[in-house]
Amino acid sequence: MLGEVAQLALNGLMAGTILAVPAIGFTAIYAVLRFPNFTVASHLTIGAFAGWVANTTLGWPAAAAVVVAFVVAGTAGVVNDELLLKPLRPAGALTAAIGAVALTIVLENVLRFAFGNDLRGYDLPIRRDWRVAGLRVGPQQVQNFGIALAAMTAVFLFLAGTRTGKAMRAVADNPMLAAIKGIDADRVARLTNFVGMGLAGIGGMLVGLDTSIDPLTGFRVILSVFAAAVVGGLGSIPGAVVGALTIGLGEELSLLVLAPAYRTVVGFAAILLVLTLRPRGILGERAY
Amino acid sequence: MENYLVAMAVFAGIYALLALGLNVVWGMTGMINLGLVGFFALGAYVSALLCKRAGVPMVVGLVAAAVLTAGAGAVMALTTARLRGDYLAIITLGFSEVVRLVASNELWLTNGTDGISGIPGPWRGRVTPAAFNVLYLGIVAVAVALIFVLCQRIRHSAYGRVLRAIRDDDQVAAVAGKHVIAFKVQAFAVSAAILGVAGALWGHYTSYIAPEVFVPLVTIYVVLALTAGGTGSNAGAVLGAVLVVFFMEATRFATGWISALAPVQVAALREALIGASLLLVLRVRPRGLVPERIVAVPEPR
Repeated sequence: MLGEVAQLALNGLMAGTILAVPAIGFTAIYAVLRFPNFTVASHLTIGAFAGWVANTTLGWPAAAAVVVAFVVAGTAGVVNDELLLKPLRPAGALTAAIGAVALTIVLENVLRFAFGNDLRGYDLPIRRDWRVAGLRVGPQQVQNFGIALAAMTAVFLFLAGTRTGKAMRAVADNPMLAAIKGIDADRVARLTNFVGMGLAGIGGMLVGLDTSIDPLTGFRVILSVFAAAVVGGLGSIPGAVVGALTIGLGEELSLLVLAPAYRTVVGFAAILLVLTLRPRGILGERAY
Repeated sequence: MENYLVAMAVFAGIYALLALGLNVVWGMTGMINLGLVGFFALGAYVSALLCKRAGVPMVVGLVAAAVLTAGAGAVMALTTARLRGDYLAIITLGFSEVVRLVASNELWLTNGTDGISGIPGPWRGRVTPAAFNVLYLGIVAVAVALIFVLCQRIRHSAYGRVLRAIRDDDQVAAVAGKHVIAFKVQAFAVSAAILGVAGALWGHYTSYIAPEVFVPLVTIYVVLALTAGGTGSNAGAVLGAVLVVFFMEATRFATGWISALAPVQVAALREALIGASLLLVLRVRPRGLVPERIVAVPEPR
């Protein structure tokens, strides 16, 4: 029993770390653009497919293909926002949210048109699981964990250490003050979209490396991504990390009492619980 | 051919109910429901199960569907009433996924992904299928008429004015002494009840429901119907629903002619087209074909 709990907790921490990557993307876009951009779901899938193409047709190893996932999803994110969602934002955050759901359906079907509904797996070397102190760990799991950790570290260094990162935090914190200080909000918005959707793309690829991918990959994990962001505090990047670890642990530990199909229900229950007890989330809405 | 047209009219009626239901929250109160397919599904399952397993009359099923969906809607509105609308958008979207998951996995109750077949309908089996179709169209038409009148009453009453005030600026409404949260929760519950009734009517008509019917695309259809018709206008909601059903069927025939594509590609094309239409309408005609008329109050001299 104790061993089982420890195993689930370990899996939960690993899954939570992976979940944190798209959750940071979602919450960062929310912090800067002030609307829930549901297209995170489709950009997650775009990243997963971009990485898959690089991995299976070009033969790149997973660690290199992740860069492709980031760049393709990020670029798609910027283009889609500039052309389709940005013109809707003046009508209000909720109109933009509706537009985002419509766009998600479009993008998902573009992928379905091109790739079909089949499940696709990455080309990965088959390796035996490691056993450490009675716990089972897969080498691929560890690699995914490492990639997620590296991506997060890069984001934090970027936000904390660079001038552009500082500008992003300023816009998230107070757009008007940032504008007075001469920060170009449009440029910051584009950059946030690139980084945010790029992170979603990495998240999609990491999820795909664990299982397999199809046009609905993004939609299946999106509830957990929202839950992570809301539980941690919508708009807060450290919050997204804390939230993602909480949801990851919760989803895995729920396997002790619930059927595996209900994993994502844990996220929804967590959202309801947090909004009832602590609506600002664990860390509040501060952007950094 | 007549049967097909009647069936399309029934579907248009049910979509009109969904659009009217969405209009109560989104059009009149300014709250979003991005998971309205979840309420639609909940209503369909509640009524279908009650009528099939417990053998209650369809009217009881409809009422139960309305009450249960209203309750679910009230919980969601209450949870997010103090927060920005974004939270309601997230939570409703999540709700619809949870409904679909439960429907897919609770085999003992919902028969999982195989769905529930043989849902009883009024006089089904006792009259010819063609007569059943026409009869059911009558029932749906009455339902649309009743709900339309109800929504018009809400819109033109003092109550509806408070809802619009909340939509335009809830702080002003609060300062004017209105209990904003109570209004929001009530509006959301009324809207959810209408969605639930629409779901129940759907189930009794098609006699078969399954989780795969209740996908997010349905939500997009309804939002498209309301936006194209005119957000805030009840007549616009009905008109928009008729147009969307017509449009959906037209794309079915149009894509049928393209033989070079695989079936999955045709399906993808149609779905993408629906999403793209919504983006287009939001962009070029956000107020719809029948824009909401707001009577200007003369300025005090």
